[in-house]
Amino acid sequence: MEVELKEMLDELESLKGSLPDPPNASIDKLQLHIKRLTDLAKSAPVRRSKLKDMSAEVVDSNPYSRLMALQRMGIVENYERIREYSVAIVGIGGVGSVAAEMLTRCGIGRLLLYDYDKVELANMNRLFFRPEQVGMTKTDAAVQTLQDINPDVVLESYTLNITTVQGFETFMSSLRNKTFRLEKEGSGVDLVLSCVDNYEARMVVNQACNELNQTWMESGVSEDAVSGHIQLLIPGETACFACAPPLVVASGVDERTLKREGVCAASLPTTMGVVAGLLVQNTLKFLLKFGHVSPYLGYNSLKDYFPTMEMRPNPQCSNGACLERQKEYLLAKPARDAAKAKMEAETLSAAEGPLHADNEWNISVVDNSEIDVKAAASSDTLPVGLTRELPSADEYPKLPATGPADMSVDDLEELKKQLEALNAD
Amino acid sequence: MEGWDPNTKSTLTQIPLLTVKAGPRDGGAWTQRLKEEYKAMIAYTQMNKSNDNDWFRISAANPEGTRWTGKCWYVHNLLKYEFDLQFDIPVTYPATAPEIELPQLDGKTQKMYRGGKICLTVHFKPLWAKNCPRFGIAHALCLGLAPWLAAEVPILVDSGMIKHKDDAASSTET
Repeated sequence: MEVELKEMLDELESLKGSLPDPPNASIDKLQLHIKRLTDLAKSAPVRRSKLKDMSAEVVDSNPYSRLMALQRMGIVENYERIREYSVAIVGIGGVGSVAAEMLTRCGIGRLLLYDYDKVELANMNRLFFRPEQVGMTKTDAAVQTLQDINPDVVLESYTLNITTVQGFETFMSSLRNKTFRLEKEGSGVDLVLSCVDNYEARMVVNQACNELNQTWMESGVSEDAVSGHIQLLIPGETACFACAPPLVVASGVDERTLKREGVCAASLPTTMGVVAGLLVQNTLKFLLKFGHVSPYLGYNSLKDYFPTMEMRPNPQCSNGACLERQKEYLLAKPARDAAKAKMEAETLSAAEGPLHADNEWNISVVDNSEIDVKAAASSDTLPVGLTRELPSADEYPKLPATGPADMSVDDLEELKKQLEALNAD
Repeated sequence: MEGWDPNTKSTLTQIPLLTVKAGPRDGGAWTQRLKEEYKAMIAYTQMNKSNDNDWFRISAANPEGTRWTGKCWYVHNLLKYEFDLQFDIPVTYPATAPEIELPQLDGKTQKMYRGGKICLTVHFKPLWAKNCPRFGIAHALCLGLAPWLAAEVPILVDSGMIKHKDDAASSTET
């Protein structure tokens, strides 16, 4: 564009020269316009180059100065560790895309993005995607934007449906892949964020994480767009997603007054932005080890109420991999207790001796971190404002042997033929 | 099951219940489950035919039985409206139900998710959760798809979103 404008300017110059006197005022005006346009073109996006280290230097040109300041303020011990971490985000919709942008701006090491959908105009009531991206896959559009924002982040995109058998295999192998950090223990990612919009996909993320012994966080926004939640799931240690029917934050208004007819989902950029913010805040606390990582945090926007709770795993969980993780967790208890005792002893010895020799203003530190005495509910007792989304499976008697009619055919091919014969009529 | 019409209720009780709790990643157990799925579907199809209420065709689209395709139809004002029908068996089946898709209706009704997946949240998902693993594909068609068609097709026809194939043909000819 700059070249075109330059040529235009030159042509105008020669035109001016070729014209008989007096010098034409409108040509001067045109030239001024073109000069302004050239300036505008020059200010068009420039991509910054990749940075090897995160600098704490406070200058306008350093994208990490305000993040590294967290270290100086004593919030985070070692912020730069964030570059070692990999986070997988499943579902790049209203919550997932915003979470991805937040982590990208925070300088996360690597992001894995999963979605099978395309960007539509109907998504424009939410954040992140732009109208000119309509028609692109959400993963491609996200990579396009995120790369521009922060080229230091390694982005991997997977355009697939994780609930299908094939998609699930790819999902699992991508989580196992350790090429980003070979020495990492366990899987190839540090955390999986579920930002999907349906129960089926959540159950699939749960299945994968239980099998891989992978810590993950669940997030969700209700279909009426006025409440949401985030949840931390550590296989074996906390309830898995299949341990009990999913929790939902009750809207707090009479359910009968809610009009469901005719629509399957509403959405608001506000609720989704809040939930994405809560999710990534919990992610940062988990990865960079500061503050308290919430096991469950609900958000009811109509009443501005934030219920919290803890959930222990269900020893009768229907998910086999969850039961295996529960067993492992119990077996590791003595080692865990020993490590905890050692840590406590260390902090105790470190705390000995006064921090300040004099205290002119009689300043004292008061502990206000009231420990939640609320017993971790296993399944039945729920805090006010939370309800179950689905009923539990009914107990059913172990079959009193299949009826004689059932025994007649027990060959898969034969059964297929029977159905085809019926279909042919 | 309150609120369901007596016909659906009596049909439902006659579809054989399943017993094997296995999904497509469970090897031999999945084969056992698949046999039960076939038995239930055969029984349901036979029942529909003898009650003069035949309304779908479905068959496995791959040897593993994880993808199913077929047709379903609904009669409204004496005219038959037919749609392609498809779904995958999710890896977490039967803990989660198959997501039934009618791709031709994608974008034509609000009671549908992207890709033509019909909305089952309110009327069907709680029933499926309660009856896991006894419900199978046949139950999903009977309690999920059939009531959806009965509720949505009349609205789609009356609002002009879908046209009967004869009407559509004649209007393009003229």
